[in-house]
Amino acid sequence: MSQIRALIVDDSSVMRKIVERSLRQAGLDLSSVIEAGNGAEALGLLDTNLVDLILSDINMPVMDGLEFVRQVQTVEKLRNIPVVMITTEGSESNVVQALSLGAKGYIRKPFTPDQVKEHVLPVLGL
Amino acid sequence: MTMSFSENAHPGAGTAFDRGTWTPILGLATREVFEIMLGTSLQDPSAAKDERRMEFTALVGLAGSLCGVLSIRCSNASARIMASKMLGMPPDQVDNDCLDALGEIANMIAGNFKGKLSGVGNHCMLSVPTIIVGSDYHTHSVADGNSIEANFEFEQLPMCVTLEMHE
Repeated sequence: MSQIRALIVDDSSVMRKIVERSLRQAGLDLSSVIEAGNGAEALGLLDTNLVDLILSDINMPVMDGLEFVRQVQTVEKLRNIPVVMITTEGSESNVVQALSLGAKGYIRKPFTPDQVKEHVLPVLGL
Repeated sequence: MTMSFSENAHPGAGTAFDRGTWTPILGLATREVFEIMLGTSLQDPSAAKDERRMEFTALVGLAGSLCGVLSIRCSNASARIMASKMLGMPPDQVDNDCLDALGEIANMIAGNFKGKLSGVGNHCMLSVPTIIVGSDYHTHSVADGNSIEANFEFEQLPMCVTLEMHE
């Protein structure tokens, strides 16, 4: 499996660490992991960092995950990066909205490492 | 009290506040979060809860078809153990992550609870969590409503989850 550069976006630093651990438990070989506390911060990081995968919460201050996905899709160099939402906002309408905005997957909290594997590997073509 | 959410709620969840039905759903939603995210089974309380030992409170607001506040209260020691289990590190190495962890647990319990009430999830939003440190406080709601409570023991320490509904 090739090395993956990941961006994890969540306003909880604990959750960012759990997501990173779950990605490693899923078997991903992470060469780098960068973290952001909200969508606006994540867009700033994407100006200067190349990533292969984005995992994002929805409920965040400043810029929520849905607006973040929408803005990612408007940037030519970013729109092909797969985005997977990881959130407690697991209602059907949120799932539909996230996918329609360009997200490639959706994981509801609480989640197991197996669920991360099940949803993340396919969007990476693994 | 009549809730305004969808009429097609699944049997058991009901379309109106029902303490008898909602209390076990709140308990189940809480137990699932601890089992999945912390790898820990919560125990039933063995003694009356001691409010003085619950120094940490995490609050998550619900707005929409369900309107109210979900809170989880526990001791400092409990919060540290929760964070240590979530992060996979010894409790004595956990710093302020325990506040963040408790907030995330409250958030996941609230999301899991509303997800179990069919017809509610699409019409109920959650706030970001707020943490209170200290036990000598009282909350006053501007709207009277109903509340349900689920008590547990986590690592032999008391823990309480409360959902206060606003009419």
